[in-house]
Amino acid sequence: MIIVTWLIAFIQALLIAALAPLLIGWVRKVKAWLQNRRGPSLLQPYADLRKLLVKEIRVPHTASPLFRASPYIVFVAIWLAAATIPLVALDLPTSRIADIIVLVGLLALARFFLALAGMDAGTAFGGMGASREMLISALAEPAMLVAVFTLAMTAHSTSLVSVIDHHLTDGFLLRPSYLFALGALLLVALAECGRIPVDNPATHLELTMIHEAMLLEYAGRHLALMEWAAWIKLLLYGVIIANLFFPWGVAQDFSPLALGLGLAAVLFKLMILGAVLAVSETALAKMRLFRVPAFLNLALLLALLGLLSHVILEVGA
Amino acid sequence: MNMTPALLLAGLAVLLALGSSAVSLLASRDPSVLRRVAMPLIGLSGLAALAAGLWALIAGGDISTTLPFGLPWMPWQVRLDALSGFFLMTIGLVVCAVGIYGPSYVRGFEHGRESLTALGGFTGLFLAGMLLVVLANDAFLFMVAWELMSLSSYFLVAFQHENAANRRAAFLYLLMAHVGGLTILLGFGVLSGFGHSFAFDAMREAILSPGWASVAFALAFVGFGMKAGLVPLHAWLPEAHPVAPSHISALMSGVMLKVAVYGFIRVVFDLIGQVQWQWGVTLMVIGSLSALVGVLFALMQTDLKRLLAYSSVENLGIIFIALGLALVFLSTGHALLGALAFVAALYHVINHALFKSLLFLGAGAILHSSHERDLEQMGGLLRRMPWTGAFFLIGCLSISALPPFNGFVSEWLIFQSALQAWQLESGVLRSLIPIASAVLALTGALVAATFVKVYGVAFLGQARSRHVRHARQGTFGMRAGQGFLAGLCVLFGVLPTQVIMLIDGVSVQILGTGLPQASAHGWLWLTPISSETASYSAPLTILLLTLVAGFAFWWFLRGVPRRIRRSDPWDCGFAPPTPGMQYTATAFAQPIRRVFGPLFEIDEARPAHADGEPRYRLKLTDRTWGLLYLPVARAVESASRRVVRLQSGNVRTYLGWTLATLLVLLWIIS
Repeated sequence: MIIVTWLIAFIQALLIAALAPLLIGWVRKVKAWLQNRRGPSLLQPYADLRKLLVKEIRVPHTASPLFRASPYIVFVAIWLAAATIPLVALDLPTSRIADIIVLVGLLALARFFLALAGMDAGTAFGGMGASREMLISALAEPAMLVAVFTLAMTAHSTSLVSVIDHHLTDGFLLRPSYLFALGALLLVALAECGRIPVDNPATHLELTMIHEAMLLEYAGRHLALMEWAAWIKLLLYGVIIANLFFPWGVAQDFSPLALGLGLAAVLFKLMILGAVLAVSETALAKMRLFRVPAFLNLALLLALLGLLSHVILEVGA
Repeated sequence: MNMTPALLLAGLAVLLALGSSAVSLLASRDPSVLRRVAMPLIGLSGLAALAAGLWALIAGGDISTTLPFGLPWMPWQVRLDALSGFFLMTIGLVVCAVGIYGPSYVRGFEHGRESLTALGGFTGLFLAGMLLVVLANDAFLFMVAWELMSLSSYFLVAFQHENAANRRAAFLYLLMAHVGGLTILLGFGVLSGFGHSFAFDAMREAILSPGWASVAFALAFVGFGMKAGLVPLHAWLPEAHPVAPSHISALMSGVMLKVAVYGFIRVVFDLIGQVQWQWGVTLMVIGSLSALVGVLFALMQTDLKRLLAYSSVENLGIIFIALGLALVFLSTGHALLGALAFVAALYHVINHALFKSLLFLGAGAILHSSHERDLEQMGGLLRRMPWTGAFFLIGCLSISALPPFNGFVSEWLIFQSALQAWQLESGVLRSLIPIASAVLALTGALVAATFVKVYGVAFLGQARSRHVRHARQGTFGMRAGQGFLAGLCVLFGVLPTQVIMLIDGVSVQILGTGLPQASAHGWLWLTPISSETASYSAPLTILLLTLVAGFAFWWFLRGVPRRIRRSDPWDCGFAPPTPGMQYTATAFAQPIRRVFGPLFEIDEARPAHADGEPRYRLKLTDRTWGLLYLPVARAVESASRRVVRLQSGNVRTYLGWTLATLLVLLWIIS
């Protein structure tokens, strides 16, 4: 049984890495439709990855060994974080490795190396990207943690599995704290994944880039890993939002039927979320950098309101 | 298990420290004595303290004895229990590393003008003072040891006294240390008034009324908090810690601040005993404030050692948040949760000792090889000093609380205990604790920004000045000292269950409760409350990290020819980038400075200059100076101006005043 669960966990981890480009392809496709374009194929991100993986690697003269190690560290940390979230099934052994605070920690580890890699080549763009990324993360991380604390305090646990389990067995209760936390997490996810209105993943306009500025010196396999890691991160946030707030359909046992249903459910939820993201990216414009703190303060405020409404209104009720 | 050897080892540690001091003082002619004899003795003393502490923690009893010193009616008593053992272990670990690192570092001073006799002599006394504070079992010996520690560290801060700024920092330190010492003494006075003795055993038995207990708590909190550098009493810390030689800075930030935490725990948790929840709230508020202010000022600094000193303020704030949580849970009858927060605080104590000493030793290595403390002049040091760079990176990752390093474990434990706030009855506390944890989360993210800045500016990119470009690798001893601490940072992060089992003894002794569940699921899983509530498996995480990384490496390298071409970085089609185009430390912190602007007193200007060259001036001042310190200083000055009127220079007038005072005193006591 243990072998089976580990096997399922391993397959799920592979599935997350495999699905991430598809989600990006879907978001791009919907955006293209909204802009009255046909857009590239859904599978285009896979082709991009394949192309980058076999291309020659170029490294700046000024870069240290850390520059070459960072893509691997970033990729592994984000993938590991993604492997611990319940994508299809609950209660896998990998979920016990890390609770939600460890997950945030792993993402922070990846960001740390991403920012360092940006500064390593010694150009102005890298430093700019790193500085802005750390500003945004410094404001987004507390909002993220407070939002998940709300859920964790409801379920009396920081383990994602327990939170989802609690939600499933508790039945559907429209808790105000959940709504606030959902709002906060959506804003945080936009900021952390570098989406519009915080950052524009499609831009290479020097003065507005954040994530792209840190990757500017990367090429070939290194760039592929960095891009892939960013896509996995988007998928990870999508799965967290989908499965924490709309947990229906997640497999609670390991029968093939339940697993298949779980996969179909999560794919459906991600499809909806991706479409919502595409619509919001089409409707909104990117903000100035110094408007971002206000945006993230709103997230923190929502999260705190959620937490306070939980401890004041819902505890003991 | 027999505790006598542990006490003997602790005594040996004190004697070795005093011996090291004596050797330096006696052989003042030969400057190499410090390097050849005194520093190794310091290291051995650390080793003995480490052994004593570990013995006491594992054996888990206590032993006390009376020393043949002190006043006739008040002999000095020493006691070694789990709490003292834990702090002895902390001191021992850092001192061992300093003992390995120190000999090569002090060699740099051998041709300087400063007196090495003073450096060696006071280092030994400083260490002996710290060890005795931890071992003391009566208030008299405690205060003597405390003053020994404060005074000898004053001389170490004033070591390079030819610089006026250093003298000023040392004086401020001395002043604050004495005000703090005074309040601690008054706190002991309250306790001994109820216990009718200066012995800790009597104080522990005494029953205090809640009002007096709060007075004793407040005095102890102010006194020890001042030594620990809590906001708003922190102003001396970023002045004093950086100006001492780097291995002393490591001892001061890594260990001496922990001795203040020890004193606080001893007095509040052990001697007063009956805790109140208001104290916990006070601690959490002050701790949160210290954590946030400390990290924001750390982020703004460009002097590496000053930055590290401000970061100590932040870490002590985190420790006091955890202690505050422990007080709240204990006073509301949740002993298990109190133990969790208490263990988290102690875990952070040892973590901070390890990574802050590591970072100070790294800063010392940079200072040693390039004579540079200013981040704006550094850059590209990773290629010049690869070992220091690697160890410093481990220090940065640990202090930024990133898994799987040690800082993460303690912050995780603090979050876990804060998340148990739903068990409390009071709605105020239930909402206050999550806000404190939000501050903690913000602090953690800002710390990461700070250390990305430090590492990115100092070690990555290109050198910004000539002497940094020609920096040399440190000697083997210096690298080994840092490597020792870096290894411990990894070890304490990867094996949290074992460390918690070790600390558990302290919690059992002081609070009467341990964390039985912590290791219930085997050594691989850390489950502080139950496995459903939360679990963290650092060894498994690191194993998976390396396995996945190895697999990814193998998979990507398979069949793909290794073609890596070096090229110039992207230059927008203009001239190739120069070191001057890199982001500076000030530029890196600019967005955060702007967002948190109201907290600082910013003087930013572009002064016009005769030659027309653009210039930029930025000066950040701590608001507490204007709000707290300057008014107090002015009040003291005006009071002393009034007192000066008594000073006529006439002996008869003085005698008259003395007589009058005596009469008034007699009238009061009769």
